[in-house]
Formats: sequence, C-alpha cells, structure tokens
Amino acid sequence: MSVKEKTEFQPKIVAFCCNWCSYAGADLAGTNRTNYPANVKIIRVPCSCRVNPIFILRAFQRGADGVIICGCHPGDCHYITGNYYTRRRMTLLFSMLDFLGIEKDRTRVEWVSASEGGRFAEVMTEFTNDVKAIGPNRKLEDLRCKAK
Amino acid sequence: MQSEIIKRTVELFNSEEIVRAIGWRKGDFDYDLNPSIFKSSEDLEKNFVYNDFSSANLSKFLIKISQKEDGKTLVFLKSCDTYSFNSLLQEHRISRDKIYIIGVPCEENLDPSKIKAALGEDVLSMSCDGETVTVETLDGTKTISKSEVILDRCLACKSRKHVVYDELFGEEGEVLDSKRFDQVEILENMKPEERYSFWRTELSRCIGCNACRDICPACTCEKCVFDNRDSGVENKVATNDFEENMFHIIRAFHVAGRCTDCGECSRVCPEDIPLHLLNRKFIKDINEFYGNYQAGDDIETLAPLTRFDAVDVEPSIVKTRENVK
Amino acid sequence: MLTLNASQLDEFFALIEKKRELYLPVENKTGKSEYKRWVEGDKYSTALRTVKSAKNFFFAKSENLYDLKMDHKNVEVIDTREDIKEFVIFGVRGCDVKSFDILDNVYLQDPVDTYYKNRRDHGLVISMACSKPATTCFCALFDIDATSPNGDIQAWNVEDKFYFNPLTEKGDAFVEEFKECFTDEDSKPVEKQKEETLNIIERLPFVNLNMEGFGVEDKLKAIFDRPEWEDLSSTCIGCGTCTYVCPTCQCFDIKDFNVGDGSIKRFRCWDSCMYSDFTQMAAANPRLTQTARFRQRFMHKLVYYPIKNEGIYGCVGCGRCLVSCPVQMNIVKVIKAMGDN
Repeated sequence: MSVKEKTEFQPKIVAFCCNWCSYAGADLAGTNRTNYPANVKIIRVPCSCRVNPIFILRAFQRGADGVIICGCHPGDCHYITGNYYTRRRMTLLFSMLDFLGIEKDRTRVEWVSASEGGRFAEVMTEFTNDVKAIGPNRKLEDLRCKAK
Repeated sequence: MQSEIIKRTVELFNSEEIVRAIGWRKGDFDYDLNPSIFKSSEDLEKNFVYNDFSSANLSKFLIKISQKEDGKTLVFLKSCDTYSFNSLLQEHRISRDKIYIIGVPCEENLDPSKIKAALGEDVLSMSCDGETVTVETLDGTKTISKSEVILDRCLACKSRKHVVYDELFGEEGEVLDSKRFDQVEILENMKPEERYSFWRTELSRCIGCNACRDICPACTCEKCVFDNRDSGVENKVATNDFEENMFHIIRAFHVAGRCTDCGECSRVCPEDIPLHLLNRKFIKDINEFYGNYQAGDDIETLAPLTRFDAVDVEPSIVKTRENVK
Repeated sequence: MLTLNASQLDEFFALIEKKRELYLPVENKTGKSEYKRWVEGDKYSTALRTVKSAKNFFFAKSENLYDLKMDHKNVEVIDTREDIKEFVIFGVRGCDVKSFDILDNVYLQDPVDTYYKNRRDHGLVISMACSKPATTCFCALFDIDATSPNGDIQAWNVEDKFYFNPLTEKGDAFVEEFKECFTDEDSKPVEKQKEETLNIIERLPFVNLNMEGFGVEDKLKAIFDRPEWEDLSSTCIGCGTCTYVCPTCQCFDIKDFNVGDGSIKRFRCWDSCMYSDFTQMAAANPRLTQTARFRQRFMHKLVYYPIKNEGIYGCVGCGRCLVSCPVQMNIVKVIKAMGDN
C-alpha cells in the first residue's frame, strides 16, 4: 500500500450480494485474481429482494459510508421475480433518501451475473471511488454505536 | 346534520341491524371529541357529536372490533376515511359483512390549535357558521374567518367522494384537484443541503412518541418492528437530535403504496412535524414512476410495491432525473 | 421587590450565560414554544406552556449511564458522566415546578438516583407566574398557585417589567450575584396581577373537579375494578404521547448498545406504561391489554402515588395531555368518569 492510500479516506462499503448471481460474480472475480477495493464488505443474501430497507439504514447508522445492492439481471432472478421487487423498493427508498438530503452517491443498485467477475470488480471500484469523493457519512450516523 | 345522523342510527339500533356504533363522543369542549364506541342508542343520542372537529379517522378502530366482537358495527366515515377503509378491506384486516358504513359529508375540518393560537388559550367553546367561526372565551365572544383556521390536511383535500358506504348523508362528492404535491415540489427544488437542514429542523423536534404510527390506518402490524426488542432497531433511545431518521423513513416506507394520504400522522403530531410530506413524496414518486395510483380507490388494483413491470425504471433514475435537484 | 425592565432582559440573559448555562422557552418555527439553550438573539417566549415539559433537565429523555469494556474475562465499568456546569432554567410555570417535587419523591428517596441528584444540585429554577391561564389548565385542583409559583426564584411579568423574589438560599445567592441588574420597586402591580389571574383561575372549567375517592387506600380496589376503564380505553392507541409530554411521568427503560469493539454503552431513556413492551424485566409485560395499561397510568397518578406520598397526586394539571392526545382522552375525562361515585 502506498503512503497516499494510507492517508486518504478509506470508506466502509457494504455490498449486499444475491447468492445466485452477484455473490458468484464476486467469487469469479476472486478466482480470476481481479482486484477490487478492500473497502467492500460483502453480505450474502438469498436474493436481492431479501434486503430490507432497514438493513440499508442500519448499515449507515452503524458507520457504513456506502451501501450497494447487487442482484441478478432483471429477468434472470433465481426466484423468477425477486429482483423486480428490489428494483421498485430501492428506487423509492433512494429517492426518499435524496428527499431527506442524503447524498445520492452513497447508495446504488447493480445487476451482476455469475459470469461477470470483471464487471463486479469494475462496479465495486467505481462505487468505492464515488463514495471516497463524497467523504465520510455523517448524516445517517448513530452516535450511540461509536466508540470513544 | 348531527340530529339526522343520530335519528337514523337510533333506527338501526332499534331494528337490531347494528349492535354498536363507532363515532365521535362529546368531550369537555366542542373540539375535544374522543373516538369512541357507543353500545346503546341512548348513549348515542346523548353523547354523539358530528361537527367541524370530528377529524379523527375511525376506520382503524374497526380492526380490533371486527376481529374480536360479534354483531354488526356501524361506523361513520368522512370521504377521506373511506379510502382508509377500502385499504384495510383490501388487506383483509376487517370484514366488510360485519360493518355498516354511514358516509358523512365533510366540509373542511377546523384546527383547534390554530384557533387557540389566533384567539388565545382561554377558549370555552367554538362553533362554525358558514364562513365565520365564533369562539367563546373567558374574555368574551370573538370571531375569526373560517379560512384561517382550517386543518392543514383539509386545505389540500384530495377527494370529497365516498368510495365505499352503505348509506350516505348529503350529496355524492367528487375527486378534487388538490395541488397536494406542491409542498413536496418546493422541497425537491431546494438544494440537498437545504433539504437536509429542513428535515433536521423538523425531525429534531420529534419526541419519540409513536402517535404518527399508532394513529395511521395503514400501520396495522400486530407487532411493529420498532417495538420488537429482537429486531435490533428498537428505537427508544436516541442520543442526538437526528436519530429519529430511521424511524420516520421506515414508517413512511412501510406504508408506501398503501398510504391513502388521510393526513392523520401530521394532525396528531404533538410537535407539528409535517410527516405527511414523507408519505406524499412516496405517492408522488409512485405516480411518476409506476403510473397514477390512489390507495383505497378500489379493492382490486394491487398496491404498487406488490407488483412490478419488466420495463420499470432503474434505481439510478434518482441520480439522473432532472425534475429534482 | 426586585425588578428588571423587559428591555434589559437580553442583557440579563447574556450576563447569566457568561457564568452558567441558561435555558428558557423560545418560540420554534411552528409557533409553539420549547426550552432551549439561550443564544444571542433568542427571545423569551411568554407562551403559556412548552410542548415538552421541563422534566428533561433533571430526568433526561436519554442518557449514557456508563460503558462496559470487555477484555477477555475482565469487565471494566467506565463512568461516562461528564462534569455538569451550573445551569439556570428560566420561565418555568408553576405546574412544572411542582412536577420537580413529584420527581424528587421518586428519585431522591433512598436509594438516591445520583444522576438525577447531580442535575438537581446544579440547576437553578426561575419560575414564572401565569397571567393568562388556558381553559385546559387545572393546576388549582392540585393546590398549585400558578400566580405564585415555587422554584429557587419566583418571577412575574407585568407589562414591560419583570419582578423577582428569591425563595431559597440558592435563589438568594443568585440574586446577590446579579444584584447590579435589578432595581428595587413597589410590588403593587404584582399583587394586582395575582388578583386578576386568580379571578380567571376560579372560572376555569376543571379546577373544581370532584377528587373524592382518589388517593385513598380503602377505595383502591373499588376504583381498580370500575367497569368504566374498558370504555374509556377502548380507543386508546397506546402511542405514549401523554407520557412523553407529561411533566410527572417518571418511568424509564435501560438499553444496551454493542459498539462492536468489545464495549457496551448502557443508556437510560424515558419509557411509557402505555407501550406493550413496557416493564419486561421478568419475562413479559404483566399488563396484557391496552385497558390494563391505560388503567395503570391513571391509577398511578391518582391512586398509587398519593397513597405512597402523603396524598400528593401524581398530576400537576398542566393540561398538556388534554392538548396532545391523538384521540382526546385525558386525565380530566378519567377523573370525571370515576369521580362521581
């Protein structure tokens, strides 16, 4: 790690990945030895529609700087329709966060299939850079959970 | 109007069509009407009131009654309340065959706190005649124009139409062009930082009571996630002013697509937080992204978050659309 | 009597703020008033009541009691209390001042709550007499004289003058410290205002309610078993608004938060007996229905508390619940329904 990387802001990124596509995509990125930022912490979920809006807000409250949800491409959901619901829910949730004045670049939904290891790495790199650019999350942070 | 309603209800009691009625009970003042259950025609004749302060939406109380009690319950619903009723019906929270609905006509309701703010706290009685509100105070009689003291939610009334009833007093109303999204648009046109500081000022007043949630006819879970100790998001302790964030976002989200915009949340908020704006934002977004939808309009159309379309917009639209700054 | 011109009020505040923290009611953007830390430019609000009561100053809505740090088998308890600066609360109404006595009975009795006591010791209360009581006020029912409130210093606002009268040693010391602010003037206007206000209070609708049967041990069971509880509570939504705006509600809950690095933060926060998740320390809430919870709140204020505390009721008649309840059910309606036996 270079000196520059050490001193610059390192965001905490939570990535919710669906078991069938995106998690396998991340796996493929790994087997292909494709690098993506170590800031990203993956949480595996059975389907992207398992992601409750509370999970996202909770991640922010507990100190995440960015949250990304990855699922199968629309039409390819392992459970046929799950990601269609995700799409509607997240559109509304993100719009609401924007309405409350939270930065738009902290949240994102991406469709990544099991064969798109390279794309997974690309998406994560891009997202991490976006979050780096807007700096640490202060607006949705929970002070209770902060150690002194 | 009140005497006609009472007369008809007493008839229904006497013919044993109904065994109880849920309505507004006389309080100590004209304006502090308590939603209440009347079990006899005598009680109703003596204590039932329908006036400009009968603002409470009675539909939610039907859940408990229709689940536990036998016999038919009569309920008085204003036009906006009928939407909530339909919504509950659609979600199978109440049984239609155990309920008899009398639709009551609604002009705008009045806001007691606006009247008090304008004329003083020493109010003994308030009554409205046409365009003038007459208020008896310890200081003597005062008057104020009705238009100044109308309840905020009624200023943006979306519909005078009763979408469901067994019997209707007065004339059938119409869906109105309410301009109810104007305030949402004003906020959308602000800069994000301004919006943030707007909501910070508003939500920091939240005292953490659950009035907005508990009065909401769409919030009908047996056990709310925020009351569940095991959910990890129980919200009793806040240490800074903006931690109510999560509660209010999720409260609005959980009723997104189901909220009929009855405005009870903002009406009951002891701190006057404009909570309905969060709900309206969702309604506006839904209309924009998935086509116009009014919850409670009918009981067949699926709510927007329980259906989908293969060509729905992607969440990235939040970043690219131009009508929001 | 010591007086101060209204025009000098801001100067007085600035002077207090130099030495202590000053809190007072200020109008917020909705036109209602709330207590806040004074900063240059804030105007004292003469509104009758604040939405939230003043109990927060002593019995905090939420506070960090202590932290626990775990290191293998060792548990370290860290006292997180910070030194409290001396503070002044200005403009507390008579009912709210009385509510401090009611809280004192709970928190200053053995075992003394040191968190509460610490704040109580550091706070100085300047009360403000009412001159325009609302029809929802009924403090006189509980023998509170709103025209002559308690507190360390009592104050009156007559037209463009403020009058002060210290009642305690702490009050005397405060007045001495800031004596250059005051002039000494005749107290006749205060007496006149008192008389006029008492005249209004007499005409308020709830000051002569029948309290017979409440606060007596013999009648406890009879009131508890009254059938009216069922009807009164039938539309109670259990939101807890009444308990949060109430100046005398004193229940709290303890919550732990796992910070994630091996330490736990322990908090205390207000709780409400109206909630289904109230008092869960032994398995579950013993009051299973909303009727039982509703009854508990009013029994506590009107029966249990006075039995334990020499007949002092757990209500001060501030009228906040009359204004804030979403379904317009309140203590007055309960007293009326129960008190006519």
